Amino acid sequence: MIRIAKKIRVLIAKPGLDGHDRGAKVVARALRDAGMEVIYTGLRQTPEDIVEAAIQEDVDAIGLSCLSGAHMTLFPEVVKLLRKRKSGDIVVAGGGIIPEDDVPKLKKAGIKVVFGPGTPLREIVEFFEAAGKGA
Amino acid sequence: MREVVPARKGAASPRDSVSGLVEDLLTGDKRAAAKLISLIEDDEPDATDALARIFPHTGRAHVVGFTGPPGVGKSSLINRLVRSYRSGGKKVGVVAVDPTSPYTGGAVLGDRIRMADTGVDPGVFIRSMATRGHAGGLALATFDAVRVLDALGMDIVFVETVGAGQSEVEIATRAHTTVVVEMPMTGDAVQTMKAGILEIGDVYVVNKADLGNEDVLVANLKFQLTPRDGWTPPVIRTTATEGRGIDELAAALEKHASYLDETGARQKREIARARLEILENAQRLLSREVEEGSRSGRAFDKLAEDVAARRLDPHAAAGKLLKQSQHKTR
Repeated sequence: MIRIAKKIRVLIAKPGLDGHDRGAKVVARALRDAGMEVIYTGLRQTPEDIVEAAIQEDVDAIGLSCLSGAHMTLFPEVVKLLRKRKSGDIVVAGGGIIPEDDVPKLKKAGIKVVFGPGTPLREIVEFFEAAGKGA
Repeated sequence: MREVVPARKGAASPRDSVSGLVEDLLTGDKRAAAKLISLIEDDEPDATDALARIFPHTGRAHVVGFTGPPGVGKSSLINRLVRSYRSGGKKVGVVAVDPTSPYTGGAVLGDRIRMADTGVDPGVFIRSMATRGHAGGLALATFDAVRVLDALGMDIVFVETVGAGQSEVEIATRAHTTVVVEMPMTGDAVQTMKAGILEIGDVYVVNKADLGNEDVLVANLKFQLTPRDGWTPPVIRTTATEGRGIDELAAALEKHASYLDETGARQKREIARARLEILENAQRLLSREVEEGSRSGRAFDKLAEDVAARRLDPHAAAGKLLKQSQHKTR
């Protein structure tokens, strides 16, 4: 049958000013290899840029990577803007160098999960697969 | 095939019904546009209904296709053009196609990186799209997405093909204006004489002109260009990263648009495209019908047995199958 199966679409974005995008690229590649469509937006995106891109691309989920320490400002801002734009259904995950103490606060602010260094790629892939299926 | 799900992801509200989405689309709502593109791209059961509702509101946008080898600077050129058209007050849509992995079905869509300048501009809509197995440099849903952006109120829509090789020429049958982008130092004079992609341009761009040696390519391109229907394709030199040549390129696009209007060529192209689309849809309907026919009953098994036993050739069997499925639907 020529019917095309629905694809999981994920936006991988780097908010903030650091240029460390190796992690974001590794994750993008892993999600691609798991059969997902990954939109990669590049460095130094504002939360507004990210939310606009997520809406236009109609993604199921956003992966935010930040290694500059500004995650407590930038990650919750993305969730806030998504809700404001009636797109609170888009799942937001965070990654990077995030102190453990910050994780519960981020979760409270609507970040579904935080992946620190050493997280197995399989775990990340499974998370986005579940997010894409509306779990 | 996946089962029919009534509402899309996270879309429980009635405004995410097809009629609600189309209504929102026509008021300029980007979220609705994005949802409709997904619906069509995923070939949801509602897609045909959505397209039928959108169609009457299309036909206003000028559609410009960009093709050329990977890394030649198509995204960067489009980024510059978007800014140029925005400063002229035009609303701009972009559909950028990147390849789907033939092994995993996944894709990394990276054209937005080059288009980050336009970020949150309300007059710009950019959509990345994976080919999902479609050959020819485009995705199956690319021009349906263009229609959605047309109905959203975009004045001009840029379509960026997959970094195309020599024969990805489908874009020329779809766009109003086709731009072929090349760069210096990529081959000798014979490359530009080859058939295929170097025949389809309405406008040619030699990007990365700062690499030097661009005069040779410009000369080679001009040598092989022939006027068609009263239009001689111009060759424009650009350096997208520095914004050089962009005004000239925009002017060439405008000139081609007025040529299309003044000579009636636009109408001719629209009709040619309509023919193509009717045929494509007929093929799709037919193959769906035949497939459904092939699943039901003994008829298909019988035909297969006949072909395997050399009593019937596959071509004749296909003809019979077609007749049977048509009987059923009448």
